[in-house]
Parts: sequence; C-alpha cells; structure tokens
Amino acid sequence: MVVKVYGPIKAACPQRVLACLLELGVDFELIGVDLDSNEHKQPGFLQKQPFGQVPVVEDEDFRLFESRAIIRYYATKYGDKNRKLYGTTLEEKALVDQWLEVEAHHFNDMVYTIVLQKLVIPKMGGKTDHDLVQNCEKKLEQVFDIYEQRLSKSSHLAGDWFTLADLSHLPGIRYLVNECELSHMVRDRKNVNLWWNDISNRPAWKKVMQLFHELS
Amino acid sequence: MVVKVYGPAYASPKRVLLCLVEKEIEFETVPVDLLAGENLTPDFLKLQPFGSLPVIQDGDYTLFESRAIIRYYAEKYKSQGTDLLGKTIEDQGLVNQWLEVEAHNYHPPLNNLVLHIMFNGHFGIVRNEQVIKESEEKLGKVLDVYEDRLSKSKYLAGDFFSLADLSHLPFTNYLVGPVGKGYMIKERKHVSAWWDDISTRPSWLKVLEICK
Repeated sequence: MVVKVYGPIKAACPQRVLACLLELGVDFELIGVDLDSNEHKQPGFLQKQPFGQVPVVEDEDFRLFESRAIIRYYATKYGDKNRKLYGTTLEEKALVDQWLEVEAHHFNDMVYTIVLQKLVIPKMGGKTDHDLVQNCEKKLEQVFDIYEQRLSKSSHLAGDWFTLADLSHLPGIRYLVNECELSHMVRDRKNVNLWWNDISNRPAWKKVMQLFHELS
Repeated sequence: MVVKVYGPAYASPKRVLLCLVEKEIEFETVPVDLLAGENLTPDFLKLQPFGSLPVIQDGDYTLFESRAIIRYYAEKYKSQGTDLLGKTIEDQGLVNQWLEVEAHNYHPPLNNLVLHIMFNGHFGIVRNEQVIKESEEKLGKVLDVYEDRLSKSKYLAGDFFSLADLSHLPFTNYLVGPVGKGYMIKERKHVSAWWDDISTRPSWLKVLEICK
C-alpha cells in the first residue's frame, strides 16, 4: 500500500515530505488539498489534521502530521536505504536535528513571513507590510552569513554529506530565489551558492519540481 | 566528565535540564546573562553562532537547539531513566509530531506573551497590547485542540510521558506564573489535568529547585 500524502504540491511543507520520500525511493500518492477554497479548514480535513495544516500522511493505519516529524519518521523507517540522511551515529544524527531546528526556527520563520507579506496577502487583496518584510530580509541575511561560515567548514550543514537538514531548506530557498526575487542572498555567498547548486540539482528535488510544474 | 548546560536561568535550557534529570544524567550549569548581552560575546558565538540558549558541551561535543539536545539524550540513554521516546518507531513519530506542534503552533504565541509581558523594555521589546491580544487568541485555539487530544489520550503522544509533554513545561510554567494567564490552562478540563500531572513530576520540581 502506498503512502498517502495530503497537501498541494505548490506548498512548501508537502514538498519537504515528497523530497524525502523520493530520496528514499518510497512510493506515494499525492492527494491535493485546495487551500484557496479553505479545504484544510473543513471538518473532513480537520479530522486528519486538527490544526488545519498541510501536509498529513496516512500509511496504512498510521497517520502523522508536521513535515519535519514525517521526514524523521521515514528516514528512520527506511534508514537502510540511505544511512547518511539522518546520521550514522547518534552524534551525527543530533547534528542533523540541530540544523533541522535551525531551519525550523531561524530560517523558516523569516521566509514564511516574507512569502506571506509579498505573495499571499496581496493575492488576497491585502496590503504588504514593507517594514516587516525589510526587517525579515535583514534577519535572513544574518542567518545566511552564519550558513556561509558553517559551509566554509563542511560541504553540507550537518557534515560533509546531504542530510535531512539540507533537504528541509529546499522548499523555502526555492521561494526565495523565484517568486520572492531574493536570489542574491544565495548567489552573493560563495559557499551557500555552491551548497544550493548541489542540493537543488539532486534527482529527488528535480522530480518534486517536475511534479510542481505538471500539477500547478 | 559531566555535561555542561549553558543558560539555566532561562526557559529553553530548562527543557534540557529536565530531560537530563529524567534520564539520570549528571550535569553542571554555566550561567549566561542575556540582559547583559553575554550571549553576544565572540566566545559565546563560537559555541552558538545564533547567540541563542541553550548550548551544551559534552566532552568535545557541542550541540545547540534544545529540541535537538533532548532528542539526543533521550535516545543515547534510552535504557536509563524515564523512556521519553516510546517503544516503536511509530511512537517516536508521534513524539516528534507533538514536539513539532509545540515548536510551531504552541511556542510562538506563548513566546510573544512571555516577551511582551515579562521582558517589556528588554531585547528591543515594547509591550504591544494588540500582539498580546492576538497571541492569546492564537494560543487559545491551540489549547482547544490540545483539550480534544487530551480527552482521548493521557499524554500528547500516547499513554506515556514523552519529550513532547516535557517540551511544554518551561514556557507553560511562565504562562501560569508571571504571565498571569493560568486560567487558559485551568478552564480546560483535560489540559488542566495534564498540566497538574506533568508539573508535579519530581524531575520538574528538582529543575525548579536547581534554578532558584
């Protein structure tokens, strides 16, 4: 039975899960959820995900939500397919978790706010808070400076190979270099640029982008 | 050699202290004064480049982000002390799910309340009543989901106390204490019972004692 992933392909968090499943070669079925018509706030969906957020996965009779919990689960369950994705020792695994937490708390909040203010709110007829955007962009530059330093010591965030910590950044950086028109944040930093070119050219991510273009 | 935990006076490091006590792991604490900017010195930034607390040093191994640290020790010492991860990988999946819920849905509005009510005038915070009102509303909606969940399950991830419940203690302690909004917990029958249970664990009382 294939893993069912509920959520639109255009949203960042489902993309995170799909990238992970593709890295591990786990078959899935993507079931769209229409955020524009508020499908995620309807009783049917709230039964699966009580906070009304995407994605949620159903794997036989096991249901799980929160994309960073889902990717940890599958990287553990199918660890034999890619040992390095979530660390080969507990110390390596903890560094993956550390940079996953950095992505979740220092990076994601800024990107989320920028996307909300620059893309979502205008689309809904509202007004962008430019001061807030400028503030977030400034903070994001500082985060990228730290990444630049880190990536001068290792090719990827948690060490010298691709892990869940790098994977978790893919959807957010995709937004930054495309719709948010902030690609200079990546391109102006030598090590971040090398890292982004490496992780965004992985076959699994390219497949997610292919689905993104096919289904959007 | 004992684990060094930086910043015990603050809430996020208390997640780590609580985990270490539950797992019966020895530690020592190193004070860091945020109000005096001790987290922004070059020496501290070498340990934790974002200037955040906590960070731990375990021999020559350094780790930051409290939820990464507690996952590490819960797994490394799985067979010692309280089992905070559950028995199967599905159990662990649910623990991680509710840890993520705490991190993304519960913590942000609660952190706003803490900053605006307790730390007004520090860290560039100016108390904003609109932020307080909106944050309380958001937190209330999250607690309504918790109320439903805890009516079906004794703890968040299942019938066992886990990292997910543990992670809520330090900041919820602020909520029912100096933030002055304990009614948000008390007014919800199952959330209240859950809070009474987890906040009277001997390990938590020990952490509060250590950090007095």
